[in-house]
Amino acid sequence: MRSKMRRFVSAVAVAAGLATTSIAVPAFADPAPDVGNWQSVLDQARGQTVYWHAWGGEPRINEYIDWAGGQLLERYGVNVVQVKLTDTADAVSKVLSEKTAGVDDGGAVDMIWINGENFAAMKRNNLLFGPWVEDAPNFDYVDVKGKPTVVNDFTVPTVGLEAPWGMAQVSFYYDTAKLDSVPKSAQALLEWLAKHPGRFTYPQPPNYMGSTFLKQILTELVDDPKVLQQPADEVDAKKVLAPLWGYLDDLQPLLWRNGQAYPQNGAAMRTLLADNAVDIAFSFSSGEVSSAIDAFELPDTVRSYVFDHGTLGNTNFVAIPYNASAKAGAMVLANFLMSPEAQLRKQDPKYWGSDTVLAMDKLPSDMQKAFADLDLGVASLSPSERGTVLPEPHPSWMSLVEEQWQKRYGVAQ
Amino acid sequence: MLRLFPILTLVFMVGPVTAGLIGTFLPSFGILPALGGDGASLDPWRALLAQPGLWQSVRLSLFNGLAATAISVAIVMLFCAAWQGTRIFRAVQRLLSPILSVPHATAAFGLAFLIAPSGWMARLVAPFMGWDRPPELAILHDPLGIAMVIGLVTKEIPFLFLMTLAALPQADTERTAQVTASLGYGRITGWFKATLPRIYPQIRLPVLAVLAYSTSVVDVAIILGPTTPAPLAVRILGWLSDPDLAKRFMASSGAVLQLALVLIAMAVWLSAEKIIGVLGRRAMVDGRRLAHDGWLRHVGAGLAIIAVGAVILGLVVLFMWSIAGFWAFPDILPRNFSLRLWGREFGALGDSLLVTLMIGVPSVLIAVALVLGCLENEVRRGLRRHKAVMWLIYLPLLVPQISFMFGLQVFFTLIGLERTLTSVVLVHLVFVLPYVFLSLSDPFRALDPRYGQTALCLGASPTRVFWQVRLPLLTRAVLTAMAVGLAVTVGQYLPTLLIGAGRFATVTTEAVALAAGGDRRMIGIYGLLQMLLPFAGFAFALLIPAVVFAKRRGMGGMGDRGGNNAT
Repeated sequence: MRSKMRRFVSAVAVAAGLATTSIAVPAFADPAPDVGNWQSVLDQARGQTVYWHAWGGEPRINEYIDWAGGQLLERYGVNVVQVKLTDTADAVSKVLSEKTAGVDDGGAVDMIWINGENFAAMKRNNLLFGPWVEDAPNFDYVDVKGKPTVVNDFTVPTVGLEAPWGMAQVSFYYDTAKLDSVPKSAQALLEWLAKHPGRFTYPQPPNYMGSTFLKQILTELVDDPKVLQQPADEVDAKKVLAPLWGYLDDLQPLLWRNGQAYPQNGAAMRTLLADNAVDIAFSFSSGEVSSAIDAFELPDTVRSYVFDHGTLGNTNFVAIPYNASAKAGAMVLANFLMSPEAQLRKQDPKYWGSDTVLAMDKLPSDMQKAFADLDLGVASLSPSERGTVLPEPHPSWMSLVEEQWQKRYGVAQ
Repeated sequence: MLRLFPILTLVFMVGPVTAGLIGTFLPSFGILPALGGDGASLDPWRALLAQPGLWQSVRLSLFNGLAATAISVAIVMLFCAAWQGTRIFRAVQRLLSPILSVPHATAAFGLAFLIAPSGWMARLVAPFMGWDRPPELAILHDPLGIAMVIGLVTKEIPFLFLMTLAALPQADTERTAQVTASLGYGRITGWFKATLPRIYPQIRLPVLAVLAYSTSVVDVAIILGPTTPAPLAVRILGWLSDPDLAKRFMASSGAVLQLALVLIAMAVWLSAEKIIGVLGRRAMVDGRRLAHDGWLRHVGAGLAIIAVGAVILGLVVLFMWSIAGFWAFPDILPRNFSLRLWGREFGALGDSLLVTLMIGVPSVLIAVALVLGCLENEVRRGLRRHKAVMWLIYLPLLVPQISFMFGLQVFFTLIGLERTLTSVVLVHLVFVLPYVFLSLSDPFRALDPRYGQTALCLGASPTRVFWQVRLPLLTRAVLTAMAVGLAVTVGQYLPTLLIGAGRFATVTTEAVALAAGGDRRMIGIYGLLQMLLPFAGFAFALLIPAVVFAKRRGMGGMGDRGGNNAT
């Protein structure tokens, strides 16, 4: 017994000793690319493998990424491997754990599909490489003037640390075979729900879609939406949020399952609509709804719409961590993703159905025509049907709203 | 040389757990330099305690863990007591391997598709109830976590049943049953009074492993469990993936609390054991026969069949979803079927199967080699297995994954092994080893020592005895252990993702990533695909000895089964 015990102790000591000594040697040190000299970036990128961490929940998106990877290999000799995430924060977490361990070079994550809170957190903690975006040639096509969110991620200036990849705007959807008219404002939604209790819900915050719904309501109810563009701690946040809580106090008991349970994400909410458990749901892209019909997830009588006073819109991006192993390769990939050709395919609902970040008037005429000729799909909204795009509040509002929501409604009974 | 095996085995199992726990413990007291946490502080704990609904989460984890374990143990014991040695017992026994090869998440999804308000059962009764929309019933994600407990019970029953089966022969149950029956005891009463006290000590550790698992489960809890608030482990995962990196400190405290919770649950369980032991001792000798236990026997069979049936029916519904076109509520069958999604996923399947095997095969081979080395060492040196060693073997199953996996990630990065195949295999080994050990140790120890002695007398060296006598005799046991080990490595999600930095896309990581998209068709496809390898593994473990030893009775071919029944 005693000798076994001693053996165990020495085994633990070995393990603990290893845990406290750092013998890390960066495997593939990659000198920072000369971002101003695109040709040198291309040269450096050749032969690199880019591990792109991107949410992997949608087969169509995975296929698109696969296509982009194939193009990159063919054109620039860059390998692309998608690391399929269930949550973007996992990639942030990865970079963080590397920083903890002192791996400042040769990291595991070369590129992240990112926006909002995750970007703000990485920027704040100096976990990003750059600035580099404005030196990518295809950034010239980006619609900086018409779509200010391409350089302001949830009001946080991107300062060249992330490249715009796609546009998103909240749209609601319903089955036209079941509903004749739909509520088109926060107030109308509440009144409609009073007549049809239990026929609506939203994903449970801090899920991204759920928090977005809360922000949509907040933006509509607040006296002056401009206040939301400032960080929450610079204004009287309690007063600003009061109308939201007043509204939710009325709304919560009318929700599906009386607000005792929630769908966990946008996809679960879509399933509820497919099962006729709720009548109205929402998404960040009306193209996604068309895709879902195509994949048999929703009946083909489902259509999208937006609120009269507009809905929140934002941009999603790709960013490169400060310790990435293949920074040049990632830049070349990001640049390709902003190309008219890649953006055209992305907007085509046959492949994905996500809106472009490019300015039509900056494109060559044949590309302009190609974009105009796209068939957007049955449940997709054309640009003219989308109404006003409301700006996202500063990320601090999202954190604050999530935290207070959890206190007020996150614990049932 | 042989003496090194036990040490190596312990280092491989205990080392990573310890390193991981250290990596979790330090941040829980504010030490994580990369995030500016340099000094010891209690702030993470204050933040944790200030979380709304924390105590409800704790209560849920604790009660649900205990309830799931108690119910599973009760059903398994009742079923064994009532039916051991009968045809129905053997029938359930035969279903065991296939059911064990169903991953927890797959079984949970199957159950969800079955019992949800829009699930298949509701669809069956909908015409009679006049439902055209799913009833407003809190069946899934119910606040008390009943669905989650049911989900855990259906998957823990097969595991505990297997462990009990391994223990039964050592208790000489057949003759015990004859004696109690001849004394006029009812079947169940006799079993509980005479057999259970001898069996239970042998399944105590597996039971505690089930308890630890049920108290800290993540995937089943996400699929079936309550959300307002969720059980503790699920919330820890949420904090860990919060974009606000400062939450990592609080998450670490949560992970330490989770470990404490598991320890508390075990303390409660062990105290309950003591109390039942005292009460039971009195009942054992009170002489009551309780011979009319027919109804209870049927309850036992009914519960076991429902548990097994739920898993099988769940798989059927998963399969139906995987080929469904649009499937509206309350239609019992989809309006149309499509193989399009299967076709698409099948194309991409080859790579992830290959990666799964690339990790699984070395892990399993190393584990089997280490365990055989340990057992051979034990036999040659005449050692008796020690209780403390058994606890160490169970360590990776008793410590919640979420409490050490994130710390372990930092550790592997420190030693420069992160995201290499080596580190992924090493971390899989942590979980494969205990199961391989459990599955192999009993057959190895049960092997008649006279075979070896005879060979030694005939002049064979100990090494030759091992290779030419013991190992061939153990072919079936080794193959079964390999199949169990393979099932364990195939099922690993968090370790593969974290330690492999997402670069090892196995069937399971792909399945979980696609399940995040929430499409029931994809969940169905990948749930079934995840079963493919473990199922094949168990099938081979049965087939290979049957073919190789077709002409040798008692060598693990099909022959010995008939032999057993004939005696």
